[in-house]
Amino acid sequence: MTAVVAGTGIRRFALIGTPNSGKTALFNALTGSRQKVANYPGVTVERKTGALTTSSGRSVNIVDLPGTYSLRARSPDEEVTRDVVLGRFKAEEAPDLLLCVADATNLRLSLRLILELKRVGRPLLLVLNMIDIAKRRGVEIDTDLLSRELGVPVVTAAAVRRGGTEDLLSRLDALASLEGLQPSSDPNWHAPTTGDLRAGQREADRIIKLAVKYPAKPDTLTTRLDAVLLHPVFGLIFLLVLLFVMFQAVFTWAQPLMDLIEAGFDGLGGLVQAYVPDGLLQSFLKDGVISGVGSVLVFLPQILILFLFILLLEDLGYMARAAFLMDRIMGGAGLHGRAFIPLLSSFACAIPGIMATRVIDNPRDRLTTILVAPLMTCSARIPVYTLIIAAFIPNKPVLGFFGLQGLVMFGLYAAGIISALAVSAIAKFVFWRDDPTPPFMLELPDYKLPRPRSVVMGLYMRAKMFLTRAGTTIFSMMVLIWFLASFPRPPAGATDPAIDYSLASIIGHAIEPLLAPIGFNWQIAVALIPGMAAREVAVAALGTVYSIEGGKEAAEQIGQALANKWTLATALAMLAWYVFAPQCASTLAVIKRETASWKWMWVTFFYMLALAYLAAFATYHVAVAFGAG
Amino acid sequence: MSCNGDHATPSEIFLLGQAPRGFRGHIEAIVVTDNASGLAVDELERRLIELGFTEGAHIEILHEGAIGRDPIAVRVNNATVALRRREAMAIRVV
Repeated sequence: MTAVVAGTGIRRFALIGTPNSGKTALFNALTGSRQKVANYPGVTVERKTGALTTSSGRSVNIVDLPGTYSLRARSPDEEVTRDVVLGRFKAEEAPDLLLCVADATNLRLSLRLILELKRVGRPLLLVLNMIDIAKRRGVEIDTDLLSRELGVPVVTAAAVRRGGTEDLLSRLDALASLEGLQPSSDPNWHAPTTGDLRAGQREADRIIKLAVKYPAKPDTLTTRLDAVLLHPVFGLIFLLVLLFVMFQAVFTWAQPLMDLIEAGFDGLGGLVQAYVPDGLLQSFLKDGVISGVGSVLVFLPQILILFLFILLLEDLGYMARAAFLMDRIMGGAGLHGRAFIPLLSSFACAIPGIMATRVIDNPRDRLTTILVAPLMTCSARIPVYTLIIAAFIPNKPVLGFFGLQGLVMFGLYAAGIISALAVSAIAKFVFWRDDPTPPFMLELPDYKLPRPRSVVMGLYMRAKMFLTRAGTTIFSMMVLIWFLASFPRPPAGATDPAIDYSLASIIGHAIEPLLAPIGFNWQIAVALIPGMAAREVAVAALGTVYSIEGGKEAAEQIGQALANKWTLATALAMLAWYVFAPQCASTLAVIKRETASWKWMWVTFFYMLALAYLAAFATYHVAVAFGAG
Repeated sequence: MSCNGDHATPSEIFLLGQAPRGFRGHIEAIVVTDNASGLAVDELERRLIELGFTEGAHIEILHEGAIGRDPIAVRVNNATVALRRREAMAIRVV
């Protein structure tokens, strides 16, 4: 390679590869925390880019393209990959170099893809990822021969190992410094026919036979694990136990951290009370800002634990197994096996869940999944549930080792899941009864140990998103609620609590008649309005309303305030309401974006609202009948 | 569409969709006739090929689901792929 000093432009490299090739791990290893997530213009596909400075100081911009088996593009995600690679995107030129990532232990499909990519005519580099695992298993790859036969330079890497990307980095450095990174041949790519695909695979298999030696036995660890984890009975039991452990962990592990955060905010409130003179400013800081934002931030540990489980399961390779186990069960409810992954993500947040439905290529299956995803208990409901459960449900042991509180929580999650299945079954029956069921085909990757750094990075991105939300949406809603609850000020000599004279009280009382049949009082009515912005805001809003109402000597603990002011029936009705309530403006916005229609957004909104009202109504009246009113 | 299936006598040929767990063999042909999945015949064939189901590939049925022994997890050369028996009907094996 000639050491020509190139122009000053930043090089743009693109990572492309089949699903499970370890492309994202490699992306994380190359770019570290210098990542940006945005959207491609006009579509809702995530555009992940990162910066890399090579050893000789060249700046390289790396884009991580959605995984695909072919440039044929069967889904919006894959269309993005195709359009970027072919330079069809108006906003960006074709990348200077395509880094085709392949799993060294499983080369067949990747080699066919790279043979197809050669026709695009852009500079190519094949990265044999997970080379460490391949070596350990006794897979021998003659990279020189492989490179010669493919006509593409080859470099090995182990994204999850420290120092595992050194060869790749020095190769990238050389390539980035090269002036002559020009398209090597005339592009003559066209969507491959079955004949093209067959011929490509035959050629790939021929090259593998020449350049790769596989051990006699496949990965024994994966085989042994799958004997249990994919077992028709034990596999399902394991999946259920796993889900149960996951939710118990969310509640028990998070507690010490939550206590710490709570104590911190209490201390902050105490400081404000001690040093800021009584009056509007003190009330704003203490009741509006600190108690409002604090009551939401306290749930960060629970959300992170939930995401930790999801990220680990994904990196381990278990998610595809879960889809396999659940396919027929979900199929009975009119859902696709692949919907399991988006729906499981929806336990964290419906927004990534709905975006993850892009892996479902059939439009109707995808729509059904989008419609029911908000019914899965997202982490924003955790604050509401935890607060009410802690205030009303005694934590006595059941059957010796389960806590009653944990069981109620599990019940709420189960209610969400069961209603999601029921709604999708009804949707299937009502809207598309006669439609054929699309195929379920999915690679089951070998199990892999997750890379701690990659998991930590995923968690960091989630925490950042949550904190940004708490700092913007939730904060501004809290200021609004505080304002509504504080103005107008009570007249001189007023005897009732100040809040009774406020706008919040007026609005709350206006809506109250609508909500009275389900046992909600006017304070709840007030809290539900900002709760439209995000569910967890309702908790903070209740905190603000009750803390202003009670005056400064009132209970500091919002849970105690609720226990004193609500009946058990109201509390249970509120829990039932939150299983279904469509209270998340961002989810509705994402549904609108992903379905490209207002219609499905409103369908979601109204069906969930109707279910929420009915469920709360039934719960309230049953509870009252049992004497809990 | 491939016609390789014509070379073998019918008695030797199995459909992967009907094969029991533990079945080992190799792919004789991909012949998509049924389009119950709502995909074009050609499209289903392309997807099967993209997942590595090509003539000559080694096949073993490793696992099957609890309900109706469906879906199945199939070892195709060095990779494992999950699919439903209905789609596996398009794969002729010997």
